[in-house]
Amino acid sequence: MSDPRELYQQVILEHNKKPRNFGRLEPCTHHAEGHNPLCGDQLDLTLVVENGMVQDVKFQGSGCAIDVASASLMTQAVKGRPVAEAEAMAEQFRGMVRGELDPATQAPLLGKLTLFQGVKDLPSRVKCAVLPWATLHAALKGEAEASTE
Amino acid sequence: MTTTLQPLDVQAIRRDFPLLSRSLNGRPVIYLDSAVSGQMPVQVIERMSKYERDEHTNVHRGVSTLSQEATDRYEEAREKVRAFLNAASAREIVWTRGTTESLNLVAQSFGRLVVQPGDEILLSAMEHHANIVPWQMLAQEKGATIKVIPMNDAGELILESLDELITERTRVMGLVHVSNVLGTINPVKAIVAKAHAKGVPVVVDGAQAVPHLAVDVRDLDADFYAFSGHKLSGPTGIGVLYGKLAHLEAMPPWQGGGSMIRSVSWEKTTYMPAPAKFEAGTPPIAGAIGLGAAIDYVRALGLDRIAAHEHDLLAYATENLLPIPGLRILGNAQEKASVLSFVVDGIHPHDLGSILDSEGVVVRAGHHCAQPVMTRFQVPATTRASFAYFNTREEVDILVSAVLKAIELFK
Ligand SMILES: Cc1ncc(COP(=O)(O)O)c(C=O)c1O
Repeated sequence: MSDPRELYQQVILEHNKKPRNFGRLEPCTHHAEGHNPLCGDQLDLTLVVENGMVQDVKFQGSGCAIDVASASLMTQAVKGRPVAEAEAMAEQFRGMVRGELDPATQAPLLGKLTLFQGVKDLPSRVKCAVLPWATLHAALKGEAEASTE
Repeated sequence: MTTTLQPLDVQAIRRDFPLLSRSLNGRPVIYLDSAVSGQMPVQVIERMSKYERDEHTNVHRGVSTLSQEATDRYEEAREKVRAFLNAASAREIVWTRGTTESLNLVAQSFGRLVVQPGDEILLSAMEHHANIVPWQMLAQEKGATIKVIPMNDAGELILESLDELITERTRVMGLVHVSNVLGTINPVKAIVAKAHAKGVPVVVDGAQAVPHLAVDVRDLDADFYAFSGHKLSGPTGIGVLYGKLAHLEAMPPWQGGGSMIRSVSWEKTTYMPAPAKFEAGTPPIAGAIGLGAAIDYVRALGLDRIAAHEHDLLAYATENLLPIPGLRILGNAQEKASVLSFVVDGIHPHDLGSILDSEGVVVRAGHHCAQPVMTRFQVPATTRASFAYFNTREEVDILVSAVLKAIELFK
């Protein structure tokens, strides 16, 4: 297993401290709540989707640094993107943190989000990193809740 | 009268625990997680493996010498539990899978007998889910209500509230002996006396108490007392329910099957007396024998010496963690066992747990199956270190420096 301190890099720590797009969009077109029952992480995600594009997105909630930084970086990554692309990113992100695909060659959409690849070596934390993406997926599908269980 | 206790020879004890010499993430393992599960000494592991190699069969089955031997070993283990708890009779010792199953047994059998619609079940605010959920299930089934004994900010039950909380509708009380989150040692004897004065039986969850202090069920006058083998240096899959014989005799069986019956016909089945009545099917025999060996091991060390050693570690850890800025200890009861929960400003317990893990320090980060306690102290989770008789002050030093490293990283 690699050193988890490699995962707790400055970018992640900084996003944890100062999360971007933090808050709630009102009105919004899509909304979902994410829960990680094991950890107690909670996430409230609101989106404005128009013409198949994620025009705006915000999150609020509480969780560990991996969860909060993942949510913060996710909102930055999907804002202004077509919904289909946001969904594809969610797929790639999930594959990466589960160690199912190689971020160097198989995750072209992830860019900066490859920061989270170290999570695959911390199986107990995979759910924390994935929660924001699972919540995004739920919101886009019109489901009210996402759970990592 | 004060007697000086001979301190434990911790270095010699450590050699009995193979896991303590392995490494974790390239560092020596520092096991501060005995509240999750205690480590087993080789004496226990070898006793169980001897059973599996040379003695394995079933118990209470037929006339074979082998089965008789296994039955004898298994019943000897029950007698060891009886002596360990100072119960009046081995018939008061029921084998279960663990504390959880013991408490479910009480709720499902005894609870169903005594709780009726409109009745009240009284639980303490610091119960583990294992002593909450079975009662909620029963309350829902029966149309009963659950009431809660509150605690103060130090994590001590507010005993004055009992006079009001125990009403003529109270049928049973569930009480944890030692809180797995706060370390609080509840004054069980005094609470039981108050409950009994109003005719209320008390079900004590002793999962975290038996590893740390000598328990005498007759002195406590507990009606039921539950614990798990794996938190007492024994194996998983075996646990104990002590119950006063009069209760056990009055209670209906819980699960049906082999071993618990006297005779079966299509017309009428009759049951064995307690404890067999509650032990349907083939039990975890190696587990029971292993738990007996674990009891031998901790008794040979001496529970008073174990308590003194652990208390020293708790005091030492408290003294060294407390001055850390932003660190808060949850649970500051006067009477406290060696369970230490804390939170650090700006660091989620799960992040702290992962960082400690990378330093080889094994602790628990989470809600500890006690979500109402988390809610009471308004934290999502805590990081918890728990100290056993094989831990050392040097290990506490490593914990403290790992916490400081995490704080530095998150600055
Ligand atoms: C206070 C308390 N009660 C009950 C339990 C449940 O024990 P088991 O999981 O062994 O049944 C635990 C274990 O975490 C505990 O700490």
